[in-house]
Amino acid sequence: MPISLRVNGERVNAHVLPRLNLADFLREHLQLTGTHVGCEHGVCGACTVRVDDDIVRACLMLAVQAHGASVQTIEGLSDSGEISDLQAAFRDRNALQCGYCTPGMLMAAQDLLKQQPAPSRDEIREHLSGNYCRCTGYHAIIDAIEAAADARRRSVP
Amino acid sequence: MKASAFAYARATSVDHALQLLSVHGEAAKVLSGGQSLMPAMNLRLISPGVIVDIGDLSELRGVAVREDVLRIGALTRHAELLRSSEIITNAPLLAGAAAHVAHPAIRNRGTIGGSLAHADPAAELPACMLALEATIVVRGGHGERRIPATDFFTGIFETTLAIDELLVAVELPIARKTSAHFFHEFARRHGDYAIAGLAAQAIVEGGFFAELRLAYFALGDRPALAAAAARLINVAVTPALISEASATLAEELEPHEDQQASSAMRGHLANVLFKRAIAALLRRPELAGAAA
Repeated sequence: MPISLRVNGERVNAHVLPRLNLADFLREHLQLTGTHVGCEHGVCGACTVRVDDDIVRACLMLAVQAHGASVQTIEGLSDSGEISDLQAAFRDRNALQCGYCTPGMLMAAQDLLKQQPAPSRDEIREHLSGNYCRCTGYHAIIDAIEAAADARRRSVP
Repeated sequence: MKASAFAYARATSVDHALQLLSVHGEAAKVLSGGQSLMPAMNLRLISPGVIVDIGDLSELRGVAVREDVLRIGALTRHAELLRSSEIITNAPLLAGAAAHVAHPAIRNRGTIGGSLAHADPAAELPACMLALEATIVVRGGHGERRIPATDFFTGIFETTLAIDELLVAVELPIARKTSAHFFHEFARRHGDYAIAGLAAQAIVEGGFFAELRLAYFALGDRPALAAAAARLINVAVTPALISEASATLAEELEPHEDQQASSAMRGHLANVLFKRAIAALLRRPELAGAAA
C-alpha cells in the first residue's frame, strides 16, 4: 500500500505491507529508533508517539492508518527543544535507569503538561498509568514531571 | 509478536464498508480504533483475512442532540466522550465512565462503536448502554436495525450484530433534571480491566427512586441489569431494605472466577458497589455503611 504522511514535519512517502505497525515503520523504514517496542500489545507504553497532536500506541496502529496524518516521535520533540526541560528534569532526578521506557514516559508527560500545566501527583500518576517502568519504581519520574511543571509555571510571567 | 499478513481495504462510505463485509464474510474484520483488535492480532489470537478500515468514515463521527435524544456516532473516541460538552450535559454517566477506559493514549484511538461491537464483559461502555437505556443502531445490506442495548450483548465477545452489519451509532434518552448517576469499578491499577464494576442511572424524586437501573460488568459473560433494583422503587429506602435487596442481588448474580478474583470476592464487591451506588444516588452517605 502506498502511504504519505508527515513525520517530525517532513513529508514521507512509502510503500508498506498492511500488517506493518506504525512503530516498526518508524524504527525500520525511517530508522527513528527512539520509539521503543516493548510488549507489542498496547500494555507497556514504550511505543507512545503523537499522531495529529494526540498520543497513541504506535504498536496498535497500522502504518497504513497513518496515511495523511502528522506523526511526531521522540526525535522530533527532542530536536525541537520542546521537552528539553523535561529531559533535564528526568536526568536531574534519576528518573531513568535503563532508559527503555523513557521516550514513552516523556511523550505521556508532555501530553499531560500541555493539557494540565499544574497537575497533582495523582494526576501525573493517572496520566502515566499506561506506561510501564521496570527500574525506577516511578517516584523519581513523578518527581521529575512535577519539578518540570513547577519550573514552567514559574517561567511564565 | 506481529500480526500475521492480511489484505487491507479502506472503506470510503458506509455502503462501501457493507459491500466489503458482505463479499468477505467471516474472513473480514472491521477496524475502527483498533485498540482491542490490534492486540488480539499482534498476539495471533485472531488472524483475519481482510481488514475493513472504517476510520475515514466521517459520517460515523459526531455527537448530536435532537429533541430528547443524544446520538453518538460509532467512531466517537473515548477521549471525545470525556471532553464533549454535549455528553457531559446529557449523559454524564458516560463521560464519567470513559475516564476509567484504559489509558490516555488508548482513549485517543478507541471508539465507542468498537467497544460495543467487541463486547468485552469487563468493558465499561456496554454496561453504560444498559444503564442509559440505549438503542444500538446498526446497518446492513437490508437497511437499518435498531436494537435495545438489553438485547444486544449475548455473551463473551458476542452480540446480535451479524457479520455483514456495521454498528453506526447509539442513541440515548438525555438526562433529566431529576436524573442521577453513579459509576465505579474496582481494578488493580487505574485503567486496567475491572474486577467488578457498576454503572447506574436513576430518576430520584422526593428522595425516592422513580427509576433505577444498575448495570454490573466484569461479573459474568455480559453486562447485566440487576433485578434487585426493582425492590427500591417508590419506597423509603432504609438500611433494612438495602439488606433485603442485597440478599436478592446475591441470589441473582453468578460471578465468574479467574486469576484476578474468586467468585466470592466478586460477589462481595458487587454488594459494596450496590450500597455505595444507592447512597450516592440518594445523597445519603450513611446508607453506604448499611449492614450486608
